[in-house]
Amino acid sequence: MAVPILKQSHYLIATIQSALNDSDLLQLRDALVDKVGKVRSKGVIVDVTAMDVVDSFATRTIRDLAYMIRLRGAETVIVGMQPDVAFAMVQLGITLEDVATALDLEEGLEYLDQKLRQTHGAV
Amino acid sequence: MKFQKTEAGDKLVARNAIQSSLTAQTELLRQLVGHLRQNRSELREEWARRITHSKLLTAMSNEEIFAEATSVYDNYVEALETGTFEALQAYARNLSERIIPRGVQTDEVVGIVLLLRDVLARSLFAKYQTDFGLLNHILDAYEPAANRIANTVAVGFVQERERIIRQQQEAIRELSTPVLQVRERLLILPIIGVMDPQRARQLTEQLLRGIRSNRARVVVIDITGVAAIDSHVANHLVQTVEASRLLGATVIVTGLSPEIAQTLVNIGVDLGKMNTVGDLQGGIEEAERLLGYKVVPSAETPVQT
Repeated sequence: MAVPILKQSHYLIATIQSALNDSDLLQLRDALVDKVGKVRSKGVIVDVTAMDVVDSFATRTIRDLAYMIRLRGAETVIVGMQPDVAFAMVQLGITLEDVATALDLEEGLEYLDQKLRQTHGAV
Repeated sequence: MKFQKTEAGDKLVARNAIQSSLTAQTELLRQLVGHLRQNRSELREEWARRITHSKLLTAMSNEEIFAEATSVYDNYVEALETGTFEALQAYARNLSERIIPRGVQTDEVVGIVLLLRDVLARSLFAKYQTDFGLLNHILDAYEPAANRIANTVAVGFVQERERIIRQQQEAIRELSTPVLQVRERLLILPIIGVMDPQRARQLTEQLLRGIRSNRARVVVIDITGVAAIDSHVANHLVQTVEASRLLGATVIVTGLSPEIAQTLVNIGVDLGKMNTVGDLQGGIEEAERLLGYKVVPSAETPVQT
């Protein structure tokens, strides 16, 4: 199932609607990395609110996604992590180091605005 | 029913032994209970005297001891009579509920029940001393019941203590992990007392929920009131910090005692992951800085007190 990717000014927003299998995750990663270049986006928000379970494959893929997008000149923020999921991940020792996180969409957008102001001056 | 020491009598007894042993028991028990009821006043007084002499139930006054002694005595005899122990169990729990807050200890409760057992046994020895065989039968009826009574009362007491302890532990837990919002986006979690794995788990749940519902960006966890933590709890704390980060919040830990600082170093905590400040004041100042607040004295002159 393809995850819809929306464009909001300089940013791309991907909202994960339900549990994704491995190939869906890879498809999302590739789609985002591709689209970032096509629309010359400066930031990407991945909303994982609807994800009840995040396993090590999903975590790795999300991390890869963030790194790849950074190489393409954009910043990624993961938003909406559920408390139970966050704790489960941490207990299993799978953390999203070097990947920015925020509480929700609004926070995520604010984070990206701030980041852009820091690196590129006024947005 | 008296046991005749005649040949015929013995044979009769032997032949009917198995069928009538139950009725024999019941009859003996009835005799026994009758005796205990008849001599209620003296036996109860003797028991109360022994309790005071053994320096038990010092937390209670003599009047109180006598009043409780009366209830226990009557419940005891009733349990002997009916052979059922539910009423006694209920009474034991009720009694425990009343005397535990007074500071009565387990050894005292067990002690007084055993004293009653002794007082009643002595009285039986006195009554049936002329007929050793009968005395033995009486004791056969009395002892299992008396032991079960002692057991029931002691277990009831201990169970009540355990229930109270659990209740208090729960109450302490409820009280002691509040999540407080002190500024927009800033939460404070002051922790006081003993940190055990269960409390740590509860803390994490409350914190993560609090971050979500208050939309907090910075959390200050103050552990000034925690004397020491073991490595499990320390690891849990680190995990809590990491999990909070996944929800977009920065955690500042303040008030680490020298002991806790040592524990963290000993277990090799990655200090890069832990943002710590010496005291709560410093932690709040750092949090405000992270949030972009600046505290300046106002231009107005403060009210002279």
